[in-house]
Amino acid sequence: MTDVLVADHAIEYTYTRSTGPIIGAFLAGLRDKRFVGVRASDGRVLVPPTEYDPVTSDDLTELVAVSDSGVVTTWSWNDAPVAGQPFDRPFAWALVKLDGADTSILAALDAPREEISTGMRVHARWAAERVGAITDLACFEPGEGLGVAQGTGGEPVSIVETPIRLDFSYTPGVAASRFLRSVEKGEIVGQRCPKCQKVYVPPRGACSMCGVATDEELTLSGKGTVTTFCITNVPSPGLEPPYVTAWIRLDGADITSMFLIQECDPKEVRLGMRVEPVWAEDKQPNIGSIKYYRPSGEPDAPYDDYKDYI
Amino acid sequence: MRRDVAIVSWASFETPSEPARNEVELLLPVIQEALGKVGLTQRDIGFTVSGSSDYLQGFPFAFVGALDAVGAWPPIRESHVEMDGAFALYEAVNVLQEEGIDTALVYAFARPSRGELDRTLTLQLDPYVVAPLWPDARSLAGLQAQALRDKGIDVPDVPPTQVSDGGVAVVLAVGDRARTLTDNPVWIRGIDHRIEPSSLGVRDLTVSTSTETAAKVAGATGAQAAYLHVPYPHQEHILRTALGLNGQSVDAAAGPMMVGGLERFAAAAAAISAGKATRAVAHATSGPCLQQNLVAVLEGAS
Repeated sequence: MTDVLVADHAIEYTYTRSTGPIIGAFLAGLRDKRFVGVRASDGRVLVPPTEYDPVTSDDLTELVAVSDSGVVTTWSWNDAPVAGQPFDRPFAWALVKLDGADTSILAALDAPREEISTGMRVHARWAAERVGAITDLACFEPGEGLGVAQGTGGEPVSIVETPIRLDFSYTPGVAASRFLRSVEKGEIVGQRCPKCQKVYVPPRGACSMCGVATDEELTLSGKGTVTTFCITNVPSPGLEPPYVTAWIRLDGADITSMFLIQECDPKEVRLGMRVEPVWAEDKQPNIGSIKYYRPSGEPDAPYDDYKDYI
Repeated sequence: MRRDVAIVSWASFETPSEPARNEVELLLPVIQEALGKVGLTQRDIGFTVSGSSDYLQGFPFAFVGALDAVGAWPPIRESHVEMDGAFALYEAVNVLQEEGIDTALVYAFARPSRGELDRTLTLQLDPYVVAPLWPDARSLAGLQAQALRDKGIDVPDVPPTQVSDGGVAVVLAVGDRARTLTDNPVWIRGIDHRIEPSSLGVRDLTVSTSTETAAKVAGATGAQAAYLHVPYPHQEHILRTALGLNGQSVDAAAGPMMVGGLERFAAAAAAISAGKATRAVAHATSGPCLQQNLVAVLEGAS
């Protein structure tokens, strides 16, 4: 049976984007509790505005103030909110056409489901703290607002920051799981390609050169030969300079793996040097179970042994 | 089209959740099956192109790692689209117009069961005024369904966004090469794809102008069957109208993310190859509320 590993995994990043003059003016308007649209080539007023005409792609420049109140053009009920949304309880999304605009804007609509219908009148509810972002518009709510707010004051917004985060239940696959389980036991397993006979460590379940499954598994001694290395003289978290990172061809493997070399003077590290793994006391199913490599004391490997791996 | 391009082989795999095998392990047998059916290996392929999304896999350049399932050695001519595999097929059809490129492998894959598909799809939305609100894919589809209801069109409720894992591979070949590979090449007689304006509030969500235009350019008339890519059931009505379907047999499916559209080509080719139709429409969509649409006309031996 396959004992496949599973781990929580997240990707997280804050995108920083320049807004350009038109979206910048729109977001500055939201900060001041007013809506700004742009006049399209055919005379329609687009809210939210775009820099380019959606039909002709012409540059658009004429900003137009529109009302904070309008009409729901369509809506949907979200009974299972997800992270990042305006409400963490069931709520409605709506497309709202503001008075004076010819297109609709997407936002949350805070109203009981049974009171929502297409064509209903709504107005903006503003966030208490506004920063010049779409989230300054907290949501819409039923009823009439204040109408068209005049004025064009305030610095235009030029940059928006949008944090994103996605969570995964990551599985490395069948072959990589077997490798990591072997590492947990203080062993290193590879897989051999049935076609070209190359041995992959760590195995990925496929020969990337032949495009076939690698089913035959073999256990390696763990010893290897340095094929190339780098001495680093700037600090890295947990590593005092100078430290050595090396590509090592494990005995029996046909690809090299990267490990630290320790327990020797960096000046001693050389191509062809024979090395062996130093395992962690508490081994886990991850590559950190091999703390580093150290010289094995064996004579250097002949150049022909590793010349194809440099 | 200067050179006739045909689908000569295909294979696909779909499961509600693939908890064990990674993307490469999932793809390998699918690609092997598609190539094997026509006695080809990767070295016989002139152009390889895939459709997938790194956001679904959760790390950058994940699509490069998927090439392990292909065997990209000696170095191959290869490309990738961050869209459904059907749009990769469109690229392949164009590359096959070049002299010297006679075969192509198109594949697509995804394992959205490992993440949060409804949130992941948010990242394809406008990053200034839409994505920061994290509207989920199902809610956006709901806006479209309600707009249809408001027009008096009775459509089903929007179910949860379909999450399934899978892969698909399609082999293409040109002219006589296709005829030597199979007795039943399925010819791509026309293909086009179009896009709607990016803002949902600018579009009429109840129609699909992009599908209509793509169908016109592809010459999608006279088909007996249509294989539609329908992520949410209410969208079938919009697509039937845009394609002017009336009396044709219609097969609608969502399929796995990134895979479902290309799978529609495989399904249409299978039907033609089995003699169930001589001319069929294959459709693929991508983006919120049928944002992009691709239409192709497939035909059996003539």
